Amino acid sequence: MSLDAPATSGRSQALPLRTTPPVLLGRGARLVERNLLAYRQAWLVFVSGLVEPVFYLFAVGVGIGGLVGSVEVAGIGEVPYGVFVAPALLAASSMNGAVLESTFNVFAKLKWGKLYDAMLVTPMQPRDIAVGELTWALMRGGVYALGFLLVAWVTGLVVSPWALLALPASVLIGFGFAGIGLLVTTYLKSWQDFDLVTMALLPLFLFSATFYPIEVYPAALQPIVFLSPLTHGVALVRGLMLGDLGWALLGHAAVFVVLGLVGLRLATRRFAALLVS
Amino acid sequence: MARAVTLRVVEGHARQYRHTWRGTTFSTLVTPVLFLSAMGLGLGSLVDASATQTLGGVDYLTWLAPGLLAAAAMQNGAGDGSFPVIAGIKWEKTYQAALNTPVRPADLTLGNLLWAVVRASVAALVYVVVATAFGAMHLGRGLLAIAPAVVTAAGFCAWISAVTAQMKTDQGLAAIQRFFVMPLFLFAGTFFPVSQLPDAIERFVWLVPLWHGVELARALSLGTTPTGPWGVHVAVVVGFLALGVVLSVWSFGRRLHR
Repeated sequence: MSLDAPATSGRSQALPLRTTPPVLLGRGARLVERNLLAYRQAWLVFVSGLVEPVFYLFAVGVGIGGLVGSVEVAGIGEVPYGVFVAPALLAASSMNGAVLESTFNVFAKLKWGKLYDAMLVTPMQPRDIAVGELTWALMRGGVYALGFLLVAWVTGLVVSPWALLALPASVLIGFGFAGIGLLVTTYLKSWQDFDLVTMALLPLFLFSATFYPIEVYPAALQPIVFLSPLTHGVALVRGLMLGDLGWALLGHAAVFVVLGLVGLRLATRRFAALLVS
Repeated sequence: MARAVTLRVVEGHARQYRHTWRGTTFSTLVTPVLFLSAMGLGLGSLVDASATQTLGGVDYLTWLAPGLLAAAAMQNGAGDGSFPVIAGIKWEKTYQAALNTPVRPADLTLGNLLWAVVRASVAALVYVVVATAFGAMHLGRGLLAIAPAVVTAAGFCAWISAVTAQMKTDQGLAAIQRFFVMPLFLFAGTFFPVSQLPDAIERFVWLVPLWHGVELARALSLGTTPTGPWGVHVAVVVGFLALGVVLSVWSFGRRLHR
């Protein structure tokens, strides 16, 4: 079965409203709708996702900020520590949110709930599932990023109008990580494997020039820091929120376009292999 | 307190662990070390350039190490009081199976708690050895600091398992983690002195069991005196555990009573 074949067939005319693919997202939109419905039962879990980055913002920005004072940023000069670290926490929370959604939650539906098996009995295709889950992860991440930016703005940590672009930038970071997350999920065997996911995220979170400028690392380690995709996410959001624009930002953004597209493409293939056999 | 049957429950956990260790061990052992190196070394270089006075004259790495010991122990205890408990009661129903033997609900409570103590102790021991290798701790004093850390871990395991045993779904676990455990990890004097907090909030820290555990671990590790009298800190940490044990035994009995 071809993945990209149009999923319509003669019979679907009988239920035109439910089975006509919406223009945007195709039938993936149905999966987004399903997730929206499901989360009405779990609104507390949804809301709690915003709380963690905000707690980090206060603990690190205010608590540790009081110890550090200000940070020297190349090209800008001295910046209060809270202003320096807020963009990094936004980028990191976009990564965490996208990966948790596309790994833990998708795995539970794939292996335990057998949800996708049920969906494939309908006109939905593996591609719709991958696109739908990815879209959902981005919507959820977008809501959190907006909330985080509002909190940062209210607490005086937003110093440039370019910070508005940090919202789409966060969604783009989410796109890259969710694409990879989906792909990784198709290789996971049991809940024990999630320890590896957590253990991949934590070093990225801690060592991507998140909490201190890259110049703090020994010169020999600095190139390694750039291998972390999150380093590019932090640089992107930090550049926008500090109003330090440059062509390099486009390069950082491109990293996530590539990660997301490659992840989505391969994940779709893997979903098809796992589910349609 | 512990009957022979309780130890059988601990043994059951150990046997199960042989199959599931891959799911928790790596993060339990590596997480605090990663935090120690990222925050203690990297961030420490920024902190030490400006604020050694606030930390009582020691460098940030040395100051942070015992705080992380206690906070990581709390997270381990909280973890062992949540998912394993709801899995035993609801998902895998191993608790129901055990109750068909001479095991009583209180044995399941205490067995889980003792197993959590074993795991937290091993994790704390490994951490102290690594922190010593980092030059962040003095081995002997670091070993002493394990005691308050593990008592704190046990207290959180008991309290959270008491709450978890009443849950119908696992939704509440995410809420506990994000509204309760995570803020404590960040704000209870682990990463920065609570004097950095606004005064209105700083006063409440006396009500936070983790802060007392952090104070004890830090005082023992640095060889200094804690913020409050030793007796008060010890009483809070031990009292928190004792009350948690009573509550969790009651809670398990109520949920599992047939």
